[in-house]
Amino acid sequence: MNKDTLLKQGAIWAFIVVELIFFSIAGSYLSVSDSAFMDFDNMLLLLKQSAPIGIIALGMTIIMINGNIDLSVGATYALSAIILLDSMTWPFMQAMGDWAIPLAWVFALLTGTILGAINGLIVWKTGVDAFIVTLGSMLGYRGLVFMYNGEQPTSHLNWTLVDFAEAQFLGLHTATWFLLGAALLLWLLMTKTVHGRNAYAIGNNREAAVNAGIRVGPHFLWNFMLIGFLASLSAVVFYSESGSVNPNDGMLYELWAITAVVLGGTKLTGGYGSIISTLGGVIAIQLLRKGLGHIGADTETVNLVIGLILIAVLFLDRQLNRKGKEELKT
Amino acid sequence: MAELTKQGIGRVLAKQGILIAFVVFMIGFALANPRFIAVDNISGVIRSSAILGVMALGVTFVVIGGNLDLSVGSMMSFSTIVVLDLHDKIGPTLAIPAMFGLTLGLGAFIGFLVGYLKLNSLIVTLGMLSAIHGLTLTWSGGQNMDIADKSGTWFSVFGQGNIAGVPVPILIFAGLAIVLSLILSKTPFGRKVYAVGGNGKAATFSGIPRARIVFLTYLISSFCVACAGLLQASRSLGSQNTVGQGLELEVLAAVILGGASLLGGSGTIFKTVIGVLILGFIQNGLLLMGLAFYVQYVVTWVIIILAVWLDIAAKRGRLLSQIA
Repeated sequence: MNKDTLLKQGAIWAFIVVELIFFSIAGSYLSVSDSAFMDFDNMLLLLKQSAPIGIIALGMTIIMINGNIDLSVGATYALSAIILLDSMTWPFMQAMGDWAIPLAWVFALLTGTILGAINGLIVWKTGVDAFIVTLGSMLGYRGLVFMYNGEQPTSHLNWTLVDFAEAQFLGLHTATWFLLGAALLLWLLMTKTVHGRNAYAIGNNREAAVNAGIRVGPHFLWNFMLIGFLASLSAVVFYSESGSVNPNDGMLYELWAITAVVLGGTKLTGGYGSIISTLGGVIAIQLLRKGLGHIGADTETVNLVIGLILIAVLFLDRQLNRKGKEELKT
Repeated sequence: MAELTKQGIGRVLAKQGILIAFVVFMIGFALANPRFIAVDNISGVIRSSAILGVMALGVTFVVIGGNLDLSVGSMMSFSTIVVLDLHDKIGPTLAIPAMFGLTLGLGAFIGFLVGYLKLNSLIVTLGMLSAIHGLTLTWSGGQNMDIADKSGTWFSVFGQGNIAGVPVPILIFAGLAIVLSLILSKTPFGRKVYAVGGNGKAATFSGIPRARIVFLTYLISSFCVACAGLLQASRSLGSQNTVGQGLELEVLAAVILGGASLLGGSGTIFKTVIGVLILGFIQNGLLLMGLAFYVQYVVTWVIIILAVWLDIAAKRGRLLSQIA
């Protein structure tokens, strides 16, 4: 790893450290609560709360390294959640007792994977840009969500499931384990396998990748299935605990996920990005939310601050890159 | 010869496909339910499409210039809340220009970032979507905004009034569409927007100030958003903070449906209006058929994909893509 990549990939972690210091100091003056910001339990909770958007953002990283984008993940998330909860009320599932739980998970995960596959197939076969394809399916999948149960919330509380979702293993919550596990697997996928190498190659220069014999279409299909799977995994993790889903749930999740990925330094144009940095981006956003709440700022300022930070990151990134190139010239 | 006519048909379909689809749709719905083409129904659909439509007009400029604008929905919430709040504080006569000023200021900020600083428009407007939402919530304190004296204000004329029997929202939509269409097709500025979006580098080399043109497209977009906010506020005289949430993507859907390429350089105001009307009439037609409002989402999905696919397919001369 040379100095340049170290600087780029380290930036998000440096930002997290700055946030931690800032909120700890500011919190000791402004906070109304007695506990310190860097309280251990608070940090554990932070990781848990990062999981739903985080798991989606991991998948979005791969999609964006490809040079694509997926705007439909929020709707996929909602539909998988509905399948998860509703399937447990089907008669044959109820007859199975607690064995219905793994089956319900499989149904939910299949839903996400299939929705992702539909996106991937359309991108592959029609050649329409992923932005437009997923913009369309964002509406379409949301329509399916509403058609499933009208405007009513879908609820089913299974206490075995809730206990599992709220459990802590080695101090970390179930959701956190899923987030970290997914991050580890995807990191291995992107850094150690041919598929990962191809993803960067396609994002860098699609024509060259095609000439090198990479089958771009199936590659896209796999990645869209992967992000669909991750969106439903995120739903599984979150709704196992909450047990009730509204048809509007998951709206704007795609934008939050993209924000986290961009904060992590992944390029929209493709070819550059890292899973670990995205994890940093997710944690940074959640820290900001929690931190602003901790120092007593109104929750609405979070949107303002995150939006402006996103633009600032874009600006700084551009300046840094330009500076690097000018140094090369001389 | 048969080959030639086939090509000819293909070209006509590709060029006017969206118009033909529109006519087919209208006839289909009209046959299914004659009430669909009643004058009051049609005027009702156009009236309720006006807000989305006005925003789509501005976004058309941005998209032709080769950029995206995801901030229009949240900006529309902002102008609606601001004008409603100021209405009771400084009176409607001052509130409207003040709201236009603030909204144009936001547009100018985005235009500066994307035009002069050359930042990626998708991320800038994504960031602004979030930031403006925060701004709106800060302004309103998270509360719904309502005009105190709803029956005693002339402010409702923009959203609810009629002039010579025509609803004012339709007049504003039509008026803006005509003016912006003329600007886009008949002025040097309009030609420069196409040039910048079609090939930014070539435009720069031929002396077109790319930054200023992009800046102006965002200014136009925010002006349209301000008009939409005015219509929304005046129609309901009260509003939630999230009134425009999600509209950015519906607006984009209408613009894409009208055939503007997201790569920039193509699209017209007329086609965008058709795109807006298609969305509006589909929604209305499905409702008249007794289907729930959310069925239109699924239908819109299929239509968008088909429209863009057929457009691309006609250009490359084959249906399926050549991606390996």
